[in-house]
Formats: sequence, structure tokens, C-alpha cells
Amino acid sequence: MNRLLVILLVCVALPASAQDARKSGFAFMGPDTQAMQTDDLANPGMLSVLEGEALWNAKAGTSQKSCAACHGDAPQSMKGVATRYPAFDDTTQAPLDLAGRILQCRTERQGALAFQREGRELLALTSYVGHQSRNMTIAPSQDTRLAAARAQGAALYSTRVGQLNFSCAQCHDDNAGGHLGAAPIPQAHPTGYPLYRLEWQSLGSLQRRFRNCLSGMRAEPIPAGSADAIALELFLMDRAAGMKLETPAVRP
Amino acid sequence: MARALINVPQKAKRGEIIEIKTLMSHPMETGFRTGLDGQLVPRDIIEQFVCTYNGEVVFSAHLYPAITANPFLSFTTIAADSGTLVFSWTDNKGETQVQTASIQVE
Repeated sequence: MNRLLVILLVCVALPASAQDARKSGFAFMGPDTQAMQTDDLANPGMLSVLEGEALWNAKAGTSQKSCAACHGDAPQSMKGVATRYPAFDDTTQAPLDLAGRILQCRTERQGALAFQREGRELLALTSYVGHQSRNMTIAPSQDTRLAAARAQGAALYSTRVGQLNFSCAQCHDDNAGGHLGAAPIPQAHPTGYPLYRLEWQSLGSLQRRFRNCLSGMRAEPIPAGSADAIALELFLMDRAAGMKLETPAVRP
Repeated sequence: MARALINVPQKAKRGEIIEIKTLMSHPMETGFRTGLDGQLVPRDIIEQFVCTYNGEVVFSAHLYPAITANPFLSFTTIAADSGTLVFSWTDNKGETQVQTASIQVE
């Protein structure tokens, strides 16, 4: 009877402790940087969110429509959207990230010139949309058509690349919590993108973070918006399912 | 220039020390870095920040190229009278951006 009880307890405790072991990059920062993120008037990412709000309400393109003209008030209509991206796009029959969706809306429905990936405007709009899901849990799309890309992302995550012959998993799974030089190695949960990195002195996307890591590994960086980048993003968002979004986060 | 976030308490007691926080959106390009074409990126920094409280300067600062993008400045003053606080940022091209905030002192 006792043994049964122990087994039962272990069964109940395991999923909980497995969840507890996951930590956002927020937990690896110093108290000063954490305070900067939590205070909306000190968080430089909020400047981008404000700019995104202005863009949301600005008319653009041949349609002379703003995002708000179709989608209405972002705090209602965009609530929770960032928690389920990347999603499967029916028109291109491929997975699409949040920035890609905004670009698609802008070129096809607004009839405006595309924003540059990693450009100021696209980051501002993405952070504004992402901000509407702050403190919500990441709930990846359950679309079965995403499975192949997610598997591709998992493979990319654990494949050794570059002159240093490292995989993502070797740092972020095997040595998370340790240090690379003076910098703590986080667990690579994309909970706050687009985020403000103090090192970059600007807002940046998750895909910029990939390129940053890959060039550090002396590997060929994955181009922004490519199938590989979206696959890796899909895998990481799935790996962080159930964690809270912090957009816009601040990281050192 | 671009937008700024300002935090001033809306109400305060007379004689109370109040904290004011400002966050300015600005690239603070040093003028020492080279762009993708190998040419120097022209300097674009805020050179001076001034805060006046009912016309009197309560805080001012000179900023230099080593200061971060999107500079955050926080300072304190004594709540004397109800009125307006005027914040101005002047960049190296001589352009000034001004924002105001009001405070009620009881």
C-alpha cells in the first residue's frame, strides 16, 4: 500500500517538477535588469510598443486602411495571438511566424511596401502585437501540418554545426545555468521576443538571436524568415509551452 | 527625434521629495562606428537634457557619445507648487524635443 502511494506521489510530482525546472531567461538576470523589465517606464522595449501602437492605427498602402480598420482594438483582437505563433498559413501551405504574418497582411491586404525584416517598424508592430499577450501562457498551435517543421526544428536544435562543432542543445540543455565567459547560459526559452537586449542597444527578434548564437559558433547564420528559422522557432515555442510571455522582455 | 516616456507623480504633498523618471527613444549614434559601406556613421546624439519646474531649472545633464541608446534619466526634486514640468532634449544638430507633464501639489 505504502509502495503504491509512493509510486502515485512520484507520478503526480514528476510533471510538476519537470515544469519547475524550466526557467525563463528572466531568472538568470541580475536584479537591476529584472527591475528594468518589470517597470514599464524604464523598459526601453515599451518605446517600441508605443511606436507599434501608432503604426497599428496609421493608414498605409493602396487600400488606405490601417491595421485597426480590420482588426479593431489590438488589446482585444490581438490578445493571445502571440502565444500560438508560428502558425500554419493556408495560402503558402507553410508555417509562418508572427512577423511574417504582419508582413503578409501589409503587402497583400493593405497593399503597402513590405517592411524590412529586423527593421524598426516591423519590430515595433510585432512587439505591439506580442505585448497584448503579456503574462499569458504559451499555447502552440496544435495544427498537425506543423509537425514536420517542428521535427525539423528539433533536429536543427540538436545538430552540431560550425567550426566550433556545437549544437544548441549542448549549451542550452546540457550546460544551462552555467557560464560562457562571464555570461550565464539560459535555457533558451523564447518567452519575451521581440526583446530589448542591452548588448544590442535595440529591440531584436528571436531570429536575430539565432544568428547571433550561430555566428558565435562560427556557423552559417540562418536567414531571417527562412523555413529553417521558422522551424527552429516552432520547436522552441513548443518546448516553452505553458510558460508565460513577457514581451517586450529586457535581456543583458 | 522620437517619443519619450515620462513618469511624474500626478499628485504630491507640499515639500515632498518626488522622483521623476524619463526614458527617451534615441539611437545615440557615437559617430565612431562604421556602417556596412565602411564609412563612418554620422554622430547623432542628445547633447543636453533640461527639466524645468514652473520655469525654474531643477535638473539638467550633458550627454556624451559613450551614453547608451534610449537614455534613461531619473532624478528627484521637491514638490513646491502645482504647475508644469517641461522636459527638453537637444541633439547635436540643434533640434529640440519638448514634452510637458503637470503635477498637482496639495
